[in-house]
Amino acid sequence: MRIEPIIGRYAHIELEGREHRVYFEEAGEGIPLLCLHTAGSDARQYRAVLNDAEITRRFRVVAFDMPWHGKSSPPAGWDKEEDYRLTTERYTGMIMSVARALGLERPVVMGCSIGGRIVLELALKHARELRALIGLQSGAFVERYYDPAWLDHPEVHGGRACGAVAYGLMSPLSPPSEVWETVWHYMQGGPGVFTGDLHFYQLEGDVRERIGAIDTSVCPLYLLTGEYDYSASPRDTQAVMDRVQGAKFSIMKGLGHFPMSENPEAFLDYLRPVLQEIHES
Amino acid sequence: MAERVNADPAIVRWGRRMNETFMVEVGETQYLITVVAGRIEKVERGPFVMRSWRFAIRASAEHWEKFWRDPPPPGWHDLFALLRRGEVAFEGDQRVLMSHLLYLKLVFASLRAK
Repeated sequence: MRIEPIIGRYAHIELEGREHRVYFEEAGEGIPLLCLHTAGSDARQYRAVLNDAEITRRFRVVAFDMPWHGKSSPPAGWDKEEDYRLTTERYTGMIMSVARALGLERPVVMGCSIGGRIVLELALKHARELRALIGLQSGAFVERYYDPAWLDHPEVHGGRACGAVAYGLMSPLSPPSEVWETVWHYMQGGPGVFTGDLHFYQLEGDVRERIGAIDTSVCPLYLLTGEYDYSASPRDTQAVMDRVQGAKFSIMKGLGHFPMSENPEAFLDYLRPVLQEIHES
Repeated sequence: MAERVNADPAIVRWGRRMNETFMVEVGETQYLITVVAGRIEKVERGPFVMRSWRFAIRASAEHWEKFWRDPPPPGWHDLFALLRRGEVAFEGDQRVLMSHLLYLKLVFASLRAK
């Protein structure tokens, strides 16, 4: 038997004036590293980072399930409300509240996909409170190329459809066991949650006009993008690079939209030097 | 297609509840694929006269050729990757297509040269 060093706990945190029961996992000691999962999934995506002894020797790695995702519940009364919808304001407030509640002082924030997008917003609004930002699959905007209403439809199985969308976003070169682990997380999402996150990703969270104001001398910005991603493609990240002076960008060969989860070993080879640089600065 | 899909229970399982005929267009050539309980029952090559289908997936021969390479180049490896490029068209009953999306993705990927 092997027991992983990851510890999972529930925190009661006030978000938008309401109590939320938020599940988070952590491992390690040192510089706080807060990890943000992708739309419609949960913090299990960061299992390899949380289990990496070289990283946890110097970093306190924390990954939380956003409300409505994974083991974090929606707030009481959700059944009497309209559909769940993620917005820039809600997402930003949640991240900063969780960081404060867990006592993460000037954390590094690393996010993927919607997390890679919100990292750009954090660079604009909270640069002084953060040590560094790492955007995985960061793009300033993705125009709708499919209708996410189908992922929340009574005649389409949400788990199967969400799993199918996630499946295709991964690289054909990633190891099948990790690919299907990633698909499974998507299959477990609640009805309408992935679609609600995509409201931010495909409609509301457009930062194209504003990212020119990011000052990487206040908070360094690292961008890592898998070459097989067509949702936040290397071209989309390059468009961010063209606007943001001083950001650092690497294309991750052979990886897709969920690098930390679909091929952890290959991803860690790209992440470790970034964390090394942050640790030394 | 029938040979590869029907021999793979890991694909058939995702189409277990699928009993439909759909069209695939590879450039000018039309195919009607009939699925019964996840098995490819029939692959017919057109041209067709007054035949029905639930949905159609259409792309040029050149784009399918890239999709079917092993490994496919980045941005050509998935039906939705072609969709984002605007290089594939989904027509007909989108509900049925979305209900069986994982199965369909696996069916198309199974055609990659091995």
